[in-house]
Amino acid sequence: MAEAVAGSGIGASVRRKEDLRFITGRGRYTDDISMPGQVHAVFLRSPHARARIVSIDTAEAAAVPGVLAVLTGRDMAADGLGDLPCGWLVKQSDGSDMVAAPHPPLAHGVVNYVGEPYGLVVAEDLATAWRAAELVVAEFEERPAVVDPALAMESEAIHEGVARNLAYEWVLGDQSATETALAGAAHVTRLDLVNNRLIPNAMEPRAALGVHDPGTGEHVLYTTSQNPHLERLVLSAFVGVAPEHKLRVVAPDVGGGFGSKIPVYAEETAVLWAARRVGRPVKWKAERSESFLADAHGRDHVTHAELGLDEHGRFVALEVHTTANLGAYLSLFGSSVPTYLYGTLMAGQYKTPNIFVKVHGVYTNTAPVDAYRGAGRPEATYVVERIVEAAARELGRDPADLRRQNLIRPEDFPYETPVALVYDTGNYEASLDKALALIDYGGFPERKAEAARRGKRRGIGFACYIEACGLAPSKLAIQLGAGVGLYESGEIRVNPTGNVTVFTGSHSHGQGHETTFAQVVAERFGIGIDDVEVVHGDTGRVEFGLGTYGSRSLAVGGSALVRAADKVVEKGRRIAAHMLEADLADVEFADGRFTVRDSNQSLSFGEVAFAAYVPANYPEDLEPGLSEKAFYDPENFTFPAGTHIAEVEVDEETGVVELVDFVAVDDFGKVINPMIVHGQIHGGVAQGVGQALHERGLYDEYGQLQTGSYMDYCIPRADDLPDFRVDTTVTPCTHNPLGVKGCGEAGAIGAPAAVMNAVTDALGVADLPMPATAEKVWRALRG
Amino acid sequence: MYPFEYHRPRALEEARALFHQAEDGIYLAGGQTLIPTMKQRLAAPSDVVDLAGVPGLTGLAVEDGTLRVGALSRHAEVAAHPDVKRALPVLAHLASCIGDPQVRNRGTLGGSVANSDPAADYPAALVALGATVHTDSRSIAAEDYFKDLFETALEPGEIITRIDFPRPLRAAYRKFPHPASRYAVVGVLVAEFDGGLRVGITGAGPCAFRGTALEEALADGLDPAALDGVEVPDAGFNSDLFASAEYRAHLVKVMAKRAVQDLLVQPR
Repeated sequence: MAEAVAGSGIGASVRRKEDLRFITGRGRYTDDISMPGQVHAVFLRSPHARARIVSIDTAEAAAVPGVLAVLTGRDMAADGLGDLPCGWLVKQSDGSDMVAAPHPPLAHGVVNYVGEPYGLVVAEDLATAWRAAELVVAEFEERPAVVDPALAMESEAIHEGVARNLAYEWVLGDQSATETALAGAAHVTRLDLVNNRLIPNAMEPRAALGVHDPGTGEHVLYTTSQNPHLERLVLSAFVGVAPEHKLRVVAPDVGGGFGSKIPVYAEETAVLWAARRVGRPVKWKAERSESFLADAHGRDHVTHAELGLDEHGRFVALEVHTTANLGAYLSLFGSSVPTYLYGTLMAGQYKTPNIFVKVHGVYTNTAPVDAYRGAGRPEATYVVERIVEAAARELGRDPADLRRQNLIRPEDFPYETPVALVYDTGNYEASLDKALALIDYGGFPERKAEAARRGKRRGIGFACYIEACGLAPSKLAIQLGAGVGLYESGEIRVNPTGNVTVFTGSHSHGQGHETTFAQVVAERFGIGIDDVEVVHGDTGRVEFGLGTYGSRSLAVGGSALVRAADKVVEKGRRIAAHMLEADLADVEFADGRFTVRDSNQSLSFGEVAFAAYVPANYPEDLEPGLSEKAFYDPENFTFPAGTHIAEVEVDEETGVVELVDFVAVDDFGKVINPMIVHGQIHGGVAQGVGQALHERGLYDEYGQLQTGSYMDYCIPRADDLPDFRVDTTVTPCTHNPLGVKGCGEAGAIGAPAAVMNAVTDALGVADLPMPATAEKVWRALRG
Repeated sequence: MYPFEYHRPRALEEARALFHQAEDGIYLAGGQTLIPTMKQRLAAPSDVVDLAGVPGLTGLAVEDGTLRVGALSRHAEVAAHPDVKRALPVLAHLASCIGDPQVRNRGTLGGSVANSDPAADYPAALVALGATVHTDSRSIAAEDYFKDLFETALEPGEIITRIDFPRPLRAAYRKFPHPASRYAVVGVLVAEFDGGLRVGITGAGPCAFRGTALEEALADGLDPAALDGVEVPDAGFNSDLFASAEYRAHLVKVMAKRAVQDLLVQPR
C-alpha cells in the first residue's frame, strides 16, 4: 500500500472517527429509533412464485386484540398510491422504450415472486402482528413460474403486454464491423459464461419507521437507504405518499448496503402510508429470511462471448450476447446495471477496435435484480478477463504477455473506446508489472510443483479490470435514460468559533465519510479533523443529494465539498482583506491563515469566521455569515483500474478450492486515507471471492428460493481468505479537483475473474460455473 | 418467535415435572438449534424448561479409563479442558471443530446428542468410541441410541445427564465442514482399541453409524491404502445443494483415510 503521510490531512491513514460509536454499540440505526406510540408492521408475503390472488380474508386477523389494521395492495391502490418506478429508461435496439411492467409497492391481483409483499398487519406489538399475519387467509391460483433467464423469452408472459418476457433488447457498438472483424480473425475464442445470482446480505437488515404528524402534515421516514433524497423524490413524485416539502427522509447510521439499499422498496412506502392511516408511528424491521427473499439481488447473467485475435495476438473484435435476469419487476436502477454499467465496460484495459454487445433484459418470477457492489462492471470484467485468459490458453500464450500486448498505453489517453466511454487517464502496464512482482510470477512454476507434491493442484489467474465510477455526468446520464442528474451537493457551514459543519449529499453506510471528508475539508482550511463535523443522510438537514453508490462519494461528493470550500476561502479573503486593509489580490490563504503577501499581517481562519458572524469591522458590500454550498456535476466518469492476481490450490481428493494468495494493485488516483482504501479493497475482494467460490442465490423450478438462510447461502468468513496483499499505483483523475477515482467496488470487480481464472488454470478446464464449490470441482477433476 | 412460558428448575425432578405438565414442553440446554428454530417460528413450544440451573449436569472426570462428561458441558469447555486433552484428545479436537466460537461457547454435549442432527459432530465420537449415554432413568449404548433423522432412543421428557467415553489407544477425527453452516458434510472418527478398530461416521446418513466395511478393511493393519478398495454404498445417504449422496460416500472414504493417517502419527 502507498505509504501514508503523517498527520491528519490528505494521504494520512487517520483512524475512522465514526468507529468509536460503532464498536461500542452507540451507533444509531433505524431500529434504534423509536417514537412514542409506535406500533409494528409485519408483511404478508407471497408463498408462490407466480399466482393470481383469488381472495384475501383479513377478518380473523383484524379481530385479534391489539391489531390496528390489516392492509392490502388493494387498499393502497384505492388510496391512490402509485407504482414504484424504474429510474432509468433504457432505449431498445429499435429505438423504442423498454417495456416496464407496473410495479405496485404492494401486489394486488397477482404476485410474481416468492416473498413479494401483498399486504401488512399493523399491531401494538410485534408478536401480535405476527400472530395476526398467520390468520390472514389468502387464496392463490398458482400458475407456472418462469425462473431460468435463459428460457424466459420462450416462456409464457408473466406480465400482461410484455411479449417474450422481454423488458428490452439493448445493443451497443458496431455489429457489422465487429462481425466482419471476427470473420477475418486468425483465431476466435468462444466462451459461454454464467454470472451467478448473489444475495447482498448487508449486516444491518432493512428497516423503516414511518411517522406522520397530522398537525403539521409532515411525514418523516427513517429508513435504511443509501440515498435519502432520491427516496424522498421517488416517494413524493412517483408513488405520491406525501408531497416533497412535507416529507423528510432520514437514513441514520446504516450498516452496509452494497447497492441493496439504493432501491425504494415496498416496505418503507407501506409503513409511511400506514402511519398516516392508523395515526401512529409504524416500524418494520426485516428478519434475515425476509432479506434473503425480498432485498434486490445482484448479477444473474447468461452470456456467450467471442473474441477475435489476429495472427500476432492482437484483439480485433469482441462480441458479447447476454441475457440478464431482471427479476419480476424493474427495480429502481435494475435496467441500467446490465446495460450502461455493463456493455460500456467491454473494452476493459484493451485496444480492442471492434466491440458489439447485445443484452436481453428479461423478467422472471424471482426477486428483482439491481445494483450489487460493482453493478454491471464485475459482470463485464468477468466476460472480458475470462475470455482473454481463455484465448491465451488456446494460443499457448503467457496470459500476462497477451494482456500486456493489447493494453491501452499511457500515450493513448484520452482514449475513446468503441463502447461509448472516454478514459481520461491510466497506466495499466504499471499496475500489471507491480502485481506480477508482488505475486512473484516467475516463481509460480516452482510453487505449482511444490503443491503437486502435497496432492494439490495450484493455479494462477489474472484480472486486469477497469471500472467507470464517479457516477456521473448528469447530461450524459440523462441522455442515456437516467431519470435524475448524478451531480452531488456539498455545503460547508463555518461556525462563529471557527469549527466547521459539513453537509454532504453522499451517504456513508460503512465507507468512512465522516473521516475522509473531514480530512479533505480540514486540510483545505488548515484546521484539525476534529473541528469538522460531517452531516449526511437527512433530507431535513442536507439540502439535496444523490447518495452513495458506484464508488462516487469522494469523486463527486468530495469534489462538491472542495468547490464549497473554495467559496468559503474566497469570501474569507474578502473579509480578511477588509480587516487587514489590504488589496484583495494580495491576500493569500494557506495553512489556516489569511496573509497579506510579503507582510507579517495575517488572520487565522477562526478570526475571520468570527468576524463573519460579528461583523463589526466588515466589508459593506458583503453579507454576514460564512456558509457556502456547491453542486458538483462531473465532466466524465472516473476510471479506476488495476490488476488482481489470485493463486488457488485444489485438493485433488475432495475438490476443495483454497485461495492461497491474492494480490491487488489498484489505481484509484489520489488516495485520501490509505487505511480506509485498504479496508475497501479487503471487503470488496472478500465479496468477489464469495461470488467465485461460495455464494449462489438459487431458485428451484417452482421459483422457491433454495438458499434462503446462512445454512445454505455461504458468505465468506475470515478463515476462508488469505492475507490479501494490496498496493496502489497513481495516475490522478484529470477532471476532478481531488484527482480521485473511487475505490469501493474494485475488489468485487476484479476478484471473481481472477479467482475463476486461477481455478480453471488449476483444473485445466475452459470453464466452471461459479461458485466453484467442492463437489463441482471434484466432478470436473474426474472429467 | 411465539410467546412461551420460561422455566428454570433447580432439580431434575422439577424439570421433568415441568416438562410433563406442559402442553408442548421442550428442554433448553445450549439452545444452538432450539433458539434459531423458534426465531424462525418453526418451533412453537408452549413451555421452555431451561436445564442450566439443574445441578449435576456439568463437570468432567476421568475414571477407570473412561472420560465422563456432564451433559451440559459446553463445546468450548470440552475443547479446552486439560483433562480431556490428556485423556481423550480426539474429543477435544472434535469439539473444537464444531460450528463457530459463538456456538461452541453456548452449545452443549447433551443438547447436541439429544437433538441428533445428522450433521452434528459428537455422534461420530459416541459411535466410534462406544460411549454410553446416561439419562435420568437409565443408560443407553451409543449404537442403540441413534435411531434415525433427529430420532433417538430417548423417551419424551427423558434427560441426558452424562456421557461416558471409553478411552481408546489412539484416535483421530476428520471433518469435512459445510462451508456455510460449518456442520459436518461428513465426519469420520477412527479409534483404535485393544480389541480392534472402530469407525464412527456422521453427516453422511440420517444419523451417525459405524463404518463396518471400513473397520473390516483396516482389520489386517492400519494402512490408509487398505481403504482404497472399499465400496461405500451411498444408498440412504443425505443429499443436498452442496453435496450429493455419491459425493458424501466418496468423502467418507477420503476422511477415513485422512483420519487413519492422523492416527498413525500418534504414539499408542
